[in-house]
Amino acid sequence: MKLLGKLLAGAALSVALSVTAIGGMIERAEAAWSPKKPVEFIIMAGTGGGADQIARLLQGLIEKKKLSPRPFIPINKPGGSGAEALRYLKDKAGDDHTVLVTLNSFYTTPIIQKDLGVDISTFTPIGRMALDTFLLWVNTDRKDITSLESYVSAVKSAGNAWKVGGTGSGQEDSILTAMMEKEFGYKVTYIPFPGGGTVAKNLVGNHIDSTVNNPAEQNEFMRAGKSKPLVQFTPERMAAYPDVPTAKELGHDIVYFMQRSVNGPPGMSKEAQDWYINLFKTLFESDEWQKFCKEDGLTCEEWVAGADLAKFHEEQGRRHQELIESVGAAAITGE
Amino acid sequence: MTVRQAELLMAIATVLLSLGLMWSSTDGLSISWVPNKGPGSGFWPFWLSIGLLLASLATLYRWFRRATPESRSEEPYISGPALTVVGVSVAALLGLLIGIHLVGMYISLFAFMLFYVKVIGRHPWGITVCLVGGTPLFVFGMFEWALQIPLPKAITEEWFYPVFDIMYGTNHFWAYMLGAAVIVAVSGWLAHKFIDPQPGTEEG
Amino acid sequence: METILVSLAGGLAQAFEPINLMMIIIGCVVGLFVGAMPGLGSVNGVAILLPITFLVPPTAAIIFLAAVYYGAMYGGAISSITLGIPGASTAVATVFDGRPLAMSGRADKALTAAAIASFIGGTISVILFTLFAPPLAEFALKFGPAEEFALMVLAFATFIGLGGDDIPKTIFSILIGLVLATVGLDIISGKPRLIFFDAPGFLRGINFLVLAIGIYGIGEMLWTLETTGGKVIVHKVKMSWENFVGNVKSVKEYIGTTTLGSTLGYFVGTLPAAGATPASLMSYGLAKTFSKDPDSFGKGNVSGVAAPEAANNAASTGSMLPMITLGIPGSPTTAILLGGMIIWGLRPGPLLFTEKPDFVWGLIGSLYVANFFTVIINLAFIPIFVRVLTLPFTILAPVIFVLCIVGGFAPTQNMHDVWLMLLFGIAGYLLRKLNYPVAPAVLAIVLGPLAERSLRQSLLSSQGDVMIFFERPISAICIALAVGLMLYPIYLIMKKKKKADTADEASS
Repeated sequence: MKLLGKLLAGAALSVALSVTAIGGMIERAEAAWSPKKPVEFIIMAGTGGGADQIARLLQGLIEKKKLSPRPFIPINKPGGSGAEALRYLKDKAGDDHTVLVTLNSFYTTPIIQKDLGVDISTFTPIGRMALDTFLLWVNTDRKDITSLESYVSAVKSAGNAWKVGGTGSGQEDSILTAMMEKEFGYKVTYIPFPGGGTVAKNLVGNHIDSTVNNPAEQNEFMRAGKSKPLVQFTPERMAAYPDVPTAKELGHDIVYFMQRSVNGPPGMSKEAQDWYINLFKTLFESDEWQKFCKEDGLTCEEWVAGADLAKFHEEQGRRHQELIESVGAAAITGE
Repeated sequence: MTVRQAELLMAIATVLLSLGLMWSSTDGLSISWVPNKGPGSGFWPFWLSIGLLLASLATLYRWFRRATPESRSEEPYISGPALTVVGVSVAALLGLLIGIHLVGMYISLFAFMLFYVKVIGRHPWGITVCLVGGTPLFVFGMFEWALQIPLPKAITEEWFYPVFDIMYGTNHFWAYMLGAAVIVAVSGWLAHKFIDPQPGTEEG
Repeated sequence: METILVSLAGGLAQAFEPINLMMIIIGCVVGLFVGAMPGLGSVNGVAILLPITFLVPPTAAIIFLAAVYYGAMYGGAISSITLGIPGASTAVATVFDGRPLAMSGRADKALTAAAIASFIGGTISVILFTLFAPPLAEFALKFGPAEEFALMVLAFATFIGLGGDDIPKTIFSILIGLVLATVGLDIISGKPRLIFFDAPGFLRGINFLVLAIGIYGIGEMLWTLETTGGKVIVHKVKMSWENFVGNVKSVKEYIGTTTLGSTLGYFVGTLPAAGATPASLMSYGLAKTFSKDPDSFGKGNVSGVAAPEAANNAASTGSMLPMITLGIPGSPTTAILLGGMIIWGLRPGPLLFTEKPDFVWGLIGSLYVANFFTVIINLAFIPIFVRVLTLPFTILAPVIFVLCIVGGFAPTQNMHDVWLMLLFGIAGYLLRKLNYPVAPAVLAIVLGPLAERSLRQSLLSSQGDVMIFFERPISAICIALAVGLMLYPIYLIMKKKKKADTADEASS
């Protein structure tokens, strides 16, 4: 019976403690907005990709630096090139505890999959964390290809048999591939693989002839002397690749970026939006983030948030619309 | 319904399913072999569905021939007592799922366990209290606390704000979880001691 | 060779540093329990623990995550055997014989076999890893889409004997699995396929776990409820030291299949995109095909538990190879490990072995240690897991249902999948009562997407020419092996018939 008494006392103590804590919480609730439950950190791609790594790094930093009273929980919703994530966010309208990490499929998926009924301009812009860049890569075994010019002639002489690897029809690299086809007047066979890492491996293993990969996906192979970049699709040469010309220098107007931004669902409250902007600004400016950007070949110089980000999205959305119209949706979606 | 009838119905259902899948595979997709490219986007599901159709027709044919043991069996497909226990379980699961949409995971789990353990299982109150209280507690501890997987809470969402406050506000949430577990265990023990018929006095 | 031994000694010394050793033990226990929950696998354990690892040095962190990964691989077998629900796709094949063993009161034997086979698989693979990592990385690069497709054909061939006696129903089961696998966005054309009723939940496709938990968790549970009428399944478990020693000694029954499975598992695991699931299925199929008593498989043969468990553990070690040397995750879990490495500033790639030897050898050393500790921890918990089966079914059933529902929700966090799971469970129950085999559907949904994708990738690159599969040496060998495996059961039947004929002649 003595044991029972002790147990009951312990239980009573727990209840008392809970009540005190609840009391404390009511007082705190009157302060400025902050998350009241764990925040769903939606990733519009699968595990292991660039967006996933970014989300998990940010989640880790938020926890390490104790920036949020509630944790951020990464949830992958990769279905339908991000369609699943966009639809989910649309259905979460007015929710203050859900944010989305984007790729460029944020723009392209609503254009290509019209019946999805998603209008990204209704989403709540929070902040742009980084811009990712693209380069054209070939295997170092191809001694005959040393420049964009020799690349184009090699593709042309191969006819349709030139194999370009990518991460899926409708993805960023397929758009870029379609842009190049149009600019140089050749046709290639586009072969999709799940994830940029697999594309890189297939290039090194000579299963494909060329690819447009992000720097992070190819850097290690380049350092090992297995692949080489021919041209970069940035407005100016990046510090990491001082010897690689940009397409623009060579007289071809192909500039393409991938943005990594954080956005909320439509109708997020102003207080919540401000809180998130503040949080991600702190993260953006942190040494850890800037170091990651440098190592990963991302451009993280300018912080764009709120209304400015909305403007950026609008511009990018329009640009993607034009791109898709000019190359034709069919060129991007295969078949 | 006999097993023989059930086999016929199932074969017809699978034929319809195959036709439905074939029809869906043609929806905006190319089911042919694209020259120089290999199979189109609808090729794989469409031709596999044709295979499904053939397999279902074969089963149907074997049913007419009485070639399978099932097509000769006149035993009941689901016997009376089995139908009750399976039917009640399925109904309880349906209730649980609908409940999750309406009142969230935790209340639904509570009701589901109470129904299953007490109404179907007719277990004594001691065990019932431990299981009915323990299940939502365990699920909360395992998923929301340890693994940080938020479960659907529907209208009970805001009830959890104070809990999250304690959970993320302190470093010793384990003490609260332990306390809650102790409360459940003690209530179970009390129920066992005072409500349940004691062994030897009465048959439960 | 000498340099390898020196490096390995260094790695082992690192693994035995107090902080790393502690990480290994905690990681194994956490992994074991997360893996034992249906629906939750190493992915969940690793993903959730990732931020915690910011608190410790990178080497300790990756060691911790690898230990979780290892523990979860062992844990998956526990759920497969005691509850009959494969917690992860890698543990599907373990259900086939583990469940019948448990139902007949020999769960302890199955669990011991799983633990020991996993240990052997882990050890063989980590030794192979130590000795042949760089050359195998080169080999993995040779594996293109054509080779991947040939490997899938080989995988299908190995389990051709797994179906029931009713051929049209077996074919139906395989095909329905393959068709369901095509639901969702087609990455080759970028078009959504088979989006039934325009439900957005179908956009991401049908998760293997939804079908597996539905069929094995809910469907099988309904079946058991019917057959037992809610009574206790297993009345008595004999747990004694003699029993345990007997179980350990029976290792000789399956040492052959285990060694074969481990080696196979390691090689299949090292191939990017393949991973542990095809490895465990192939290992099971081979064990059955070449067994002296293939008919006892699926009815409770210990080799049927040992073979896939050895292979999936071996493959999980193997899948770290493409991750470390090529930066390509062989499984969702290694994808997260990879993310972790990148976050800590460790760049996986061909140069990691030479530039960060401390990290790589520390990881390899910790694999040896983690493997050893997990088997000890696992064996110690067996008596507890076995006792689960002695509970009355009206207690066990609701608890399993709840685990299924919550476990079905957790991987995708979408109620759509939970409804789908219930639907599959009921359909599976109704089909099973009519002697439709359900295992082929589950296998097909795992391998189907890999097979279709690699087929189409190969044909795109060969401009639609199917000869690509026969012209490339590795793929031609795989296809030849597959054909051989498909013909082997027919040869056995012919031989049996001939024997019977001669016996008839002799008697007449």
